[in-house]
Amino acid sequence: MIETIRAAFVIARRDFTAIIFSKSFFFFLLGPLFPLGIGVAAGGLGSQVSQEIDNSVVGVALNQEEAETLLATRARLVRSLGSKSLPELIILPDISAQEPDIIAKLDSEKSLTAILSGTLAAPVLTGSAGDVKRWQGKITLLAETALSRPATVNLETRLIGQTGSSSERNQLMTAQAGQAILILLTMILAGMVLSNLVEEKTNKIIEILAAAIPMDAIFLGKLFAMLGMALVGITVWSTVGLSVALLVGGNWNALPSPAVGWPFFCLLLILYFSMAYLLLGSLFLGIGAMATTVREVQTLSMPVTMGQLLVFFLAYSAITKLGEPIEWFAVLFPFSSPFAMIARAAQMDNIWQHGLALIWQGVFTMVIIRFSVMLFRRNVMKSGQAARKKSLFARVAGK
Amino acid sequence: MHAPHSEFAIEARNIVKRFDGEAAVDGIDLTIEKGSIFGILGPNGAGKTTTLRMLLGIIDPDEGERFLLGSPEPISMAHQVGYLPEERGLYPSMKAFDAIAFMGALRGLPLAEGRKRGRAMMEDHGLGEAADKQIRQLSKGMAQTVQLLGTLVHDPDLIILDEPFSGLDALNQGKLERLIRAQADRGVTVIFSTHVIAHAERLCEEIAIIADGKIPFKGKVSEARDRLRPQVHLETRNLDGPWRTAIPADCKPLGHNWHFTLPESGVEPLLNALVEGDAGIESLSIERPGLHDAFVQIAGDAAARKMDADAANNNGDERA
Repeated sequence: MIETIRAAFVIARRDFTAIIFSKSFFFFLLGPLFPLGIGVAAGGLGSQVSQEIDNSVVGVALNQEEAETLLATRARLVRSLGSKSLPELIILPDISAQEPDIIAKLDSEKSLTAILSGTLAAPVLTGSAGDVKRWQGKITLLAETALSRPATVNLETRLIGQTGSSSERNQLMTAQAGQAILILLTMILAGMVLSNLVEEKTNKIIEILAAAIPMDAIFLGKLFAMLGMALVGITVWSTVGLSVALLVGGNWNALPSPAVGWPFFCLLLILYFSMAYLLLGSLFLGIGAMATTVREVQTLSMPVTMGQLLVFFLAYSAITKLGEPIEWFAVLFPFSSPFAMIARAAQMDNIWQHGLALIWQGVFTMVIIRFSVMLFRRNVMKSGQAARKKSLFARVAGK
Repeated sequence: MHAPHSEFAIEARNIVKRFDGEAAVDGIDLTIEKGSIFGILGPNGAGKTTTLRMLLGIIDPDEGERFLLGSPEPISMAHQVGYLPEERGLYPSMKAFDAIAFMGALRGLPLAEGRKRGRAMMEDHGLGEAADKQIRQLSKGMAQTVQLLGTLVHDPDLIILDEPFSGLDALNQGKLERLIRAQADRGVTVIFSTHVIAHAERLCEEIAIIADGKIPFKGKVSEARDRLRPQVHLETRNLDGPWRTAIPADCKPLGHNWHFTLPESGVEPLLNALVEGDAGIESLSIERPGLHDAFVQIAGDAAARKMDADAANNNGDERA
């Protein structure tokens, strides 16, 4: 066992330094900037488009007094409802209330979506079917409010600490956020393990490794090197993210507190990420080890990603079902266990269960590695008719 | 399981390996004494590499048992073993001296010590200037030397080289032969496989001839050669006379030249008969058979022809 750990360290050190000191690692660190940049650009573009779509102007062809009353009413309501909730109003002074004139005005003035004519008591809204349907309710509200006597009401508010229901809601939000972070990071990073043995096989190094150290050590070393790389990436990203957040400023107290407290929750987040990474990574490494070319690895990526999504959906669906059979299944099923457990950490304050979960996940990682090694030796290194004759337990145990 | 003998570096008993139902190695028994240079001789596809991979524990035999330095689990003896595989492989982005140190580290040598030794070994082999170059920047021959040095960096007791001369030019082949002898002089056991008989003949004390997954001969090189009687090449002035009775009856002359196997009675009776029978000897030579002839006799003509073709291809590769 000591020799396996020593040898795994040799492999991990080689892989880790090879990755960290490569030029491509810089681009890996920049990776999250691309979706962020795309998100910001798409968001800006989207809001510009939606602003243009939402910038609806309704022309008012009422008499001067009623028109001004209507505009004043709108100004009053906007203070409570927000400017987006009501259409922009513009008084059309030189227009007759005749239908042909109104239609001509709508045709010539592209900014107008509809025209209100008649009187406040008997208003007429002219426009396309879609626009009329969209604004008729709000124009009715404006007209009714304009006709009624304005009265001001002051609402008194009383603020207390968190209620039971609000605390539960907040912890649920933390559970969702924690799980989302874990899922996102695992999804981005674990798939990279898939192609991890291709270099050794392509460059024929696997023969040298296989003759020198136990195969388990090769798998373990590769897995921990990739985990190390992932943790370096996460450290850099979270440091940059926190720095930006501190610079921008924000109400940190408003963050909903998890049941186990923030420090322990953050520690668990790291531990469960590591376990999720090791669990899925060991499986991917085993699957990827069967592939002999990069093309085969690419072909395997799709079903592997789908499998990941299924696990994530399972864990996500169990968040709101604490203690129910589906949630217990997500906790016990090794691949979804880290995600289900981080949700528990947000919502349940008992700590001992996390120790048990981490041990269970660690044991299962070792089982997967053993199984992957067995398959690799048998199918890739072409070893052991004799091994096939051994019992499954003996094979899994590596005896 | 039988207990292994401590004087053997390698002990294999009836090991079998099948791929897709076909036996690549078919019941091999092999013992190799410590401190010797041992050659495994055979054409490509005879089962040499599969045998070595089983002995090293890279793959397990389907049947039989093997012991490496007395252990039934070869990987547990890896710190005392150096292995150069047939298909050479190094990380292309690694620096040369680092690659040597890494190979040593795999087999238990501390990395810092490996780096120190790696630089020193490269200096000793005239590659000092290449020590800081990446493997991808080295020529094929240099990279091969780096891998060989990586095989030796941790001072192993047993060195296993699979087709070590393959891909090397004549100069580097000579260097490698000297290196193998130097290791053996230090008491290291060296086992190598080859399909070039000359290397085995020059270097080995003992050989195993492997053909079709079996070992039809294992023993000293001289024992293999002694299986064949010496060949007589004779040129006479006369084509007939009483001396003809000393020559095998089925031997026909090619002009005035006769080629035949030395009779069991030996050289002296033949010489007397030729002189006294007035053969008129123009020239006479008696040649001891080489390992190649022994190989043909032991492994068969087909295996020998295949091995000659492999060797020719290998030379072609080197020229290319």
